[in-house]
Amino acid sequence: MGEGRKPLRRVSITINGKRYEAEVEPRMLLVHFIREVAGLTGTHVGCDTTNCGACTVLMNGRAVKSCTVFAVMADGAEIVTVEGLESDGKLHPVQEGFVEEHGLQCGFCTPGMLMTSVWLLSRNPDPSEEEIRRYISGNLCRCTGYLNIVKAIRYAARKIREEGVSPIPRFTPEKQGRG
Amino acid sequence: MIPAPFEYYSPSSLEEAIELLERFGEDAKLLAGGQSLIPMMKLRIIEPKVIIDLNRVPGLSYIREEGGFLRIGALTRYYMVEESDLVRRRYPLLYEAVSQIADPVVRNMGTVGGNVCHSDPANDLPAVMLAYGAEMVAVGPSGERVIGASEFFRGPYQTDLRPGEILKEIRIPQAKPRSGGAYLKLERRAGDFAIAASAVQVVLDSSDRFEYVGIALTSLGPTAIKVDAAEKVLLGRSSSNLSSINEAAELAYKAAEPVSDLRGPEWYKREMAKVLTKRALLKAVERARSFTG
Repeated sequence: MGEGRKPLRRVSITINGKRYEAEVEPRMLLVHFIREVAGLTGTHVGCDTTNCGACTVLMNGRAVKSCTVFAVMADGAEIVTVEGLESDGKLHPVQEGFVEEHGLQCGFCTPGMLMTSVWLLSRNPDPSEEEIRRYISGNLCRCTGYLNIVKAIRYAARKIREEGVSPIPRFTPEKQGRG
Repeated sequence: MIPAPFEYYSPSSLEEAIELLERFGEDAKLLAGGQSLIPMMKLRIIEPKVIIDLNRVPGLSYIREEGGFLRIGALTRYYMVEESDLVRRRYPLLYEAVSQIADPVVRNMGTVGGNVCHSDPANDLPAVMLAYGAEMVAVGPSGERVIGASEFFRGPYQTDLRPGEILKEIRIPQAKPRSGGAYLKLERRAGDFAIAASAVQVVLDSSDRFEYVGIALTSLGPTAIKVDAAEKVLLGRSSSNLSSINEAAELAYKAAEPVSDLRGPEWYKREMAKVLTKRALLKAVERARSFTG
């Protein structure tokens, strides 16, 4: 086999409840699968070196940096991206928190920040400020100084506790998509 | 950034993985959590022709005490260690080090075995394994082999693993009563590699004398450094004797071989080897005194 041509792999990845199947190069990163195969461009590519966390998505319920996972590693996995947070036109409590508490300025880091926040609240419904700061330490924001992000996450935590809902969205009957 | 093309295999057993590793030899790299490998491939620091993905090999992810050891499957992810009650209660050195690796999101993917095998001089776990006197269990074409931590870490990105061998398990001596440890890491900012770090594990006897001492340093040389001289100085001595602890810290200063880089000048890192080792020793002793097993 010559340089550059390697066999493709068939993968099936469920994103926000919808299954996407495609033949991909093994070197394709999960973030590119999400953006280019599934066409969901809410997940951003930031630093591309596992530092900034702009590309954070949930994989089987845990936040991961999708620029540092090959799509083939996510074969069979359940992914949630920022597009999966809103339901029936209603913002997720975390999204609402970022709006109410002004948790963003340029917004580039926000999709990843939201996904890490959702993961944090699925682990700990009532995090302290210190816990919040520790959890989001892999998500960099260059605008806000983090103060309002912390407030936004506390807002969301309160709201989720009051409403008794699951922070991680659940998706009903699986729809199938094609890459 | 996109890695160079590679052929991809995802074996479903260790035997199959070993066969692939034998077949492709130097052309192949093993993929565990990928949190160091994938960035290096994207930066094209390395361009492996073949990737053997271990993530679908069952039975490599566990943490349990058994037969005198804390046994950790090579594919155990950091978060599993961090969230393990057993580790938090009984293995403070391991707990402290793992919960300071990179950031929480990276820790959802990265693995203990990957950290150890990558053997980056700035990785935190090699020093931890040296301080514990841990053992690495490798499997290869000719069966299983147990390698002591002191023999395992050979140099920057080099381990004692032979062609065709895969790390299967890490064994840390089971926590005894009056044992304790600490990992003190100095970072420029959250999630960064250590400027310098010191790993200390001790066991005290009934008169508070050092019965076991393990001291090792991160980011202070071409590989993790075990400070044998400092360990020897403390063995059998009273853990309340501050001058022995100062002497051991001084020996860490001498054992360190840092280089000046963007994380700090050589002299500063050497000073930190001393300060961090002293503090880690004091903390380890304090923990050992109150640990009843």
